[in-house]
Amino acid sequence: MGAFHSVPDDHQYRILSEKTGFSLEQTEILHNRFKQLSHNSDVLRRDDLNTIPDLACNPIRSQIVEAFFDRRNFQKDGNGPVQEIGFEEFLIVMSYFRPPSVHMTEEQREELRRAKLRCKNASTILKVLFNMHDTDNDGTITLEEYRHVVEELLSRSGSLGKETAKGIADAAMLEVASMSMGRMGPDEFYAGITFEHFLKILKGIEIETRMHIRFLNMDTTLLCK
Amino acid sequence: MPCPRRTTRGSEAAGLGLQLQQRRSGTVSVSVSVSVLVVSVAVLGCCLLPLGAASSPSHNRDTSENHQKSGHGGTQPTNHTKKPFPVLSFDYKHVKQPFEIFLWVLLASLMKLGFHMMPRLSSIVPESCLLIVVGLLVGGIISLVGEKPPVLDSHVFFLYLLPPIILDAGYFLPIRPFTENIGTILIFAVVGTLWNAFFIGGVLYGVCQIEGTNLHTVTLLPCLLFGSIISAVDPVAVLAVFEEIHINELLHILVFGESLLNDAVTVVLYHLFEEYAGVGTVTVIDVFLGIVSFLVVSLGGVMVGAIYGVLAAFTSRFTAHARVIEPLFVFVYSYMAYLSAEVFHLSGIMALIACGAIMRPYVEANISHKSHTTIKYFLKMSSSVSETLIFIFLGVSTVAGSHRWNWTFVVVTIILCMVARVLGVIGLTHVINKFRIVKLTTKDQFIIAYGGLRGAIAFSLGFLLDSNRFPMRDMFLTAIITVIFFTVFVQGMTIRPLVDLLAVKKKQETKRSINEEIHTQFLDHLLTGIEDICGHYGHHHWKDKLNRFNKKYVKKCLIVGERSKEPQLIAFYHKMEMKQAIELVESGGGVKLPSAMPSTVSMQNIQPKKTPSERALPQISKSREEEIRKILRTNLQKTRQRLQSYNRHTLMADPYEDGWNEILIKKKKMIEFEKRISQMNNYLTVPAPPPDSPTIARARLASDPQAWSIKPAADAGTIPSIKVDLASPQTPDSVSMVDEFGKPASRVPREPEDEEEGLMMRPPLGEKGEKEEQEEGKEQQRLLRCLSDPGPAVAEEEEDEPFLP
Repeated sequence: MGAFHSVPDDHQYRILSEKTGFSLEQTEILHNRFKQLSHNSDVLRRDDLNTIPDLACNPIRSQIVEAFFDRRNFQKDGNGPVQEIGFEEFLIVMSYFRPPSVHMTEEQREELRRAKLRCKNASTILKVLFNMHDTDNDGTITLEEYRHVVEELLSRSGSLGKETAKGIADAAMLEVASMSMGRMGPDEFYAGITFEHFLKILKGIEIETRMHIRFLNMDTTLLCK
Repeated sequence: MPCPRRTTRGSEAAGLGLQLQQRRSGTVSVSVSVSVLVVSVAVLGCCLLPLGAASSPSHNRDTSENHQKSGHGGTQPTNHTKKPFPVLSFDYKHVKQPFEIFLWVLLASLMKLGFHMMPRLSSIVPESCLLIVVGLLVGGIISLVGEKPPVLDSHVFFLYLLPPIILDAGYFLPIRPFTENIGTILIFAVVGTLWNAFFIGGVLYGVCQIEGTNLHTVTLLPCLLFGSIISAVDPVAVLAVFEEIHINELLHILVFGESLLNDAVTVVLYHLFEEYAGVGTVTVIDVFLGIVSFLVVSLGGVMVGAIYGVLAAFTSRFTAHARVIEPLFVFVYSYMAYLSAEVFHLSGIMALIACGAIMRPYVEANISHKSHTTIKYFLKMSSSVSETLIFIFLGVSTVAGSHRWNWTFVVVTIILCMVARVLGVIGLTHVINKFRIVKLTTKDQFIIAYGGLRGAIAFSLGFLLDSNRFPMRDMFLTAIITVIFFTVFVQGMTIRPLVDLLAVKKKQETKRSINEEIHTQFLDHLLTGIEDICGHYGHHHWKDKLNRFNKKYVKKCLIVGERSKEPQLIAFYHKMEMKQAIELVESGGGVKLPSAMPSTVSMQNIQPKKTPSERALPQISKSREEEIRKILRTNLQKTRQRLQSYNRHTLMADPYEDGWNEILIKKKKMIEFEKRISQMNNYLTVPAPPPDSPTIARARLASDPQAWSIKPAADAGTIPSIKVDLASPQTPDSVSMVDEFGKPASRVPREPEDEEEGLMMRPPLGEKGEKEEQEEGKEQQRLLRCLSDPGPAVAEEEEDEPFLP
């Protein structure tokens, strides 16, 4: 599965393009990038992504890289990390960040925004985000995991960040707990953020409309390091 | 001290009478005209004059102080004339100008006050409409009395009334949505305004050429000039209407941003056409120069604003020792930016926006919390007063101005304005949507088109026209006013029902939560990362670069001390923490100490079982909490009393700020303290305690996390104090704490399940616990939770009593 030869033919591109929603050009560009990253091999390893210079100063680099090697994100059954991914997996993960297709009428778009975006896009995209936090795949983001997220987020800001990260995560967790549970007895224990609660807390920032990047139809990979 | 200006005292007294009278009349009847006021005031002043003269020598009603003053005055040696000294005199001219100005301000503010007392009316009609009506009424009354009502002077408008509104808008500009939509906004503001101006001007010229309209004298260039004046969406009107309908952030920023940024286009077009209207011909070079001029005007304005903004930020670095004048720098630098831009006919509005938006993040990091509040309130207050005045004066000027009503011209103008706006928005959105990730729907387009309100800027620009060069000025003004009234009244009043009808998404009123902040940040980094992996430099990439540059260099220069290194998330957290601390100190009721979350969920509910040691916040029993709060409050009051000696230059020892700092310090200490407790805890639980000891251990343990010792007598001198007792938990100190508080609220309630958990303290750690929780650490945590828990209610404490050893 997904083991591509270095020069895939048009047919394969088309299958992938239909599957992921990317245009043929975009698929080709991404494939070029894939080859560039994997040094012309068929599979991509963690190290290939870790060594992207632009990514070096990204505080959540490890989580981003991990998202590409997470079986939960491949639209297949199974979970747990994998060691290497093929182009198909790469493309599938990328497709979560694809903006909804341009070629449709207003009404369709409106409908899509309501129906599809709400259930399909919003939940899959948020699911990816959720999976990035939920490292042990138990369906909840525990305080420990949340602290880890915040710590990573602040990892570029020196010692100051480390001290505060805990406080921030605690405050955030407290907020989630009070938002989703209301009153809690002193003995009850809030195990962690479930996916429903996760959707609830992020409703305010309309993440599904923001979590997109523009995929170019033009090959600019040569410009990048 | 003898007063050097002898005559003023009389007018002061008269002024008092005037003010009284004016206030009285202001409250009694809302629509009292100013001239009536002035006349009645003058009459009253005259009446007061003999009265005051009579009463002053008799000392009947005067205070002793007043008496002393007049005594001094009598013995003044410089008084050469033999005339009896005028105890009270009348000199209205002396104060006329500021007096009238403030009378207007007062009228405007009272009007605003009045509207908010009538919630039913203000829910139907926007405030701007009501204010215009009031202006019309006042203008009518003034002209009925026979005075000439004042006209909204363009000079006053552009120099004094407009800047506060724009500064308020710029300073509180929601940067994120603005920058995310900057492309759309710019296209609407530049291309849209150009299209509007040329379409309206061109078609209007065509209409004017039709036989029978009596408009043959109007040539093409004046038509275009008129088009450029009337085409600009007005920020004041947009703000006034959109703030009331609470539309979603995207639409708000699109319309409002357009109204701000079209200023440069309007300025250039206005000057261009005004310049060439006399000449009559425009060459290609002129068009080219116009384009260059547009770039210079807009970018120049932004540059000027940016320079002043950076200067303001830099200045605020050094204001730590003169907190009182901190807010002043914000206002003065911004106003200087506006004036400097106006000197070169650059876009003053853009300068103000740039200045406010650039200085804000840095200034806010530097100044004190109080100064921030001051800035916020002052900006809101001044902009609100300006806005009110502008609308009232629009009404008054309508009555005052000379009008030439031409049905064809006015009706055609209104229709053209609407058609041009709708066509422009639809056409431009069609193009823009090709590039936008979040597309603009039909509804969005409708609201954007419908929200294109015209306002006082158009009027002032029209007013500035020279009637010698433009004989049709009166007709233009009439048409402009009609369009303004049409948009403000018809569109402004119907937009709210339409928004409801179309179910356009409204703005969420909730405050930004820390989770949202975390995820916004997370998302930024995530998208940047994905872009980097994809290998193209998109907008996230550049934003990230800019952020990094900002953090690395700019913040270091402009922000003093530690805060420059503070990442956004931490800053947000601190802000939130501070808000809670202040709420805590201020309210004293209903807020949970110390987490201050408005909920009953507390730290213990979310604590992972593994790490019982790292509880950030201690739990305090209800009664103890009340006690602490009481002491806090009394201390605060004492501090306030002590602070009453007024110092003009400093606002030292700010009780809230210090209070909150202290709370933070306390909190840090508490965390350290918690760690120590946890170490102790491990020690306590590992060796097997004797079977009957749990209660003692529990009592000791329970009191520890809350070892807040309160020293009312000793600490009476200091600021609100919660003293954290850092004494080792094992010392008798902590035990005595329990005694001190006679009835330890923290004792564990003896309810059956609690009893069970209490028993788990025993070394064998029964199987019962095992089946619930697998790890020992979890049990510990649960134990600690149970132990440190204050217990559900006070009533249950009573029940505990017999169980105590």
